[in-house]
Amino acid sequence: MSSVKPALDDRPPLLTMRRIGKTFSGDIVALREMDLTVKVGEFISLLGPSGCGKSTAIRLIAGLLHPTNGVIRWTGGQSEDDLGIVFQEPTLMPWATVAKNVWLPFRLQGQSFNSVKAEIHEALELVGLENFSKAYPRELSGGMKMRVSIARAMVTKPRLILMDEPFAALDEITRLKLDNDLLELKKKIGCTVIFVTHSVFESVFLSDRIVVMAARPGRVVRELEINPTYPRDENFSTSTEYANYTRLTSDALREAMEHGE
Amino acid sequence: MTATESTAMGSHSVDPEEVQRERRALVTRIAKWTLPSLVLVLSILSWHLYVTIGEVPHYILPGPFHVAKSTFEDWAVLWPALLVTGRLTLLALAMAIIGGGLLAVAFTQSKWAEMSFFPYAVILQVTPVIAIAPLLQIYVDSAFIAALLCAWIVAFFPILSNTTIGLKSADHNLRDLFTIYGATRGQRLIHLDMPSALPFFLGGLKIAGGLALIGAVVAEFVIGRSGAGLGLAATLLEASYRFNFGRLYAALILISLMGVVIFAITSVISHLILRSWHESAVRRDH
Ligand SMILES: Nc1ncnc2c1ncn2[C@@H]1O[C@H](COP(=O)(O)OP(=O)(O)O)[C@@H](O)[C@H]1O
Ligand SMILES: [Mg+2]
Repeated sequence: MSSVKPALDDRPPLLTMRRIGKTFSGDIVALREMDLTVKVGEFISLLGPSGCGKSTAIRLIAGLLHPTNGVIRWTGGQSEDDLGIVFQEPTLMPWATVAKNVWLPFRLQGQSFNSVKAEIHEALELVGLENFSKAYPRELSGGMKMRVSIARAMVTKPRLILMDEPFAALDEITRLKLDNDLLELKKKIGCTVIFVTHSVFESVFLSDRIVVMAARPGRVVRELEINPTYPRDENFSTSTEYANYTRLTSDALREAMEHGE
Repeated sequence: MTATESTAMGSHSVDPEEVQRERRALVTRIAKWTLPSLVLVLSILSWHLYVTIGEVPHYILPGPFHVAKSTFEDWAVLWPALLVTGRLTLLALAMAIIGGGLLAVAFTQSKWAEMSFFPYAVILQVTPVIAIAPLLQIYVDSAFIAALLCAWIVAFFPILSNTTIGLKSADHNLRDLFTIYGATRGQRLIHLDMPSALPFFLGGLKIAGGLALIGAVVAEFVIGRSGAGLGLAATLLEASYRFNFGRLYAALILISLMGVVIFAITSVISHLILRSWHESAVRRDH
């Protein structure tokens, strides 16, 4: 990716959701009429209280669920290595070493370990775990496991990476560190990310765009753009701009929660 | 966040409490071996004293030295018998692993297979093998095969039921991940379900090892002379008819030792396979 980002509006869409609805077991409306256009290279946060359908939206995009209404369209069709996903838990195979865990997406495509060794090493280097490739997940801390999970999601260079509250189970310090690292990663590989969170601060810190959602029924209530030209680094979180965006987003979220039926 | 985390564990404090804790740990480690050994020595001693002081005749209860002598003198009878029972047990266990494992895979791959056959696997299991053994003897010509079937019936169920549960126990997020990456059924089975089932299978194996021996002993009692010769249990039975209590006890001890050895071997196998990743096999400092 070039360092000069084109304005968001000029970027081609990667994926469009039109009037997506999902109803569970007849009457639980998890999501109603969700519209979302994901542009190439964008970092989108889905922000909302629990139960507002964030995970449902992620699972629909991942193809793990099928929408009750509406369509999800990938520009240029979808293939198997288009997606990487990071769940709230690291979701590693405990019986496999770190490197073997990162190998998984390639392995399922039928690629031998040796043929993708370089890619695996590169992915581990990006998350700072190149020295732990032979370790087993249980030997790692929670934050390190999450890094392995991120490396696995990136290793095939997918068009879209989905993250469902990936750092929610981690302590504050680890979480801040991973937020910073995620920004760095994003700069380096320029991937498109949909990131689920219920933290206003995290969403402002990371995103190009914040999609605020409300519950009962799950729906989108606001979309906020965060100025894409502002340099994103540790200083961003102490800037007045950051404070302004945080206030805006908090207001939007409060409104969303009040309007929940 | 990186290399420092893994080395932060071993601190070198000389905190007196820590020293005391370490001493206690050492004492526990030593006691783990010495206490059962002591109990063994004391039991043998009291057995010996009871027999000598009470002047118990050896056809009622032989003393430990009498049993040791019998073991030595009857080794020519006992050793081939041990081989017969050992082979029967191990063969039954091997068949149980293959049969139970394959059936478990079939059950998890096909709902219909599970619905159709699982109830019969349960029935086979809950029917006491001692009641089935005489039938096997009637319908199966070869005594060895009858005995083998008998031991197999007992041993295969724990492997079947444990492996079946294990194959269904994979983490649901990992399942989703495999779906997203377009894994085939075969890939899912080999790379996800089977490794997830491994700890369960190995648990079943430990139980099955003991049960295979029980099955073999029951088979020998009921069927008697199995084609390949007299096993330990049959030798034991025969010795009891002849009031040869020295040999009886010698056979009994050998059977029990065999059980211990089988359990030890399956435990070691299980530990070796799981030690690097499974919580059950991980040694913790605290
Ligand atoms: N498989 C399911 N079956 C029934 N209801 C579900 C299912 N998954 C989610 N829901 C419901 O849909 C709503 C949205 O859930 P979810 O997408 O998990 O919310 P979030 O991730 O924002 O917390 C919740 O009310 C939840 O109870
Ligand atoms: Mg959720």
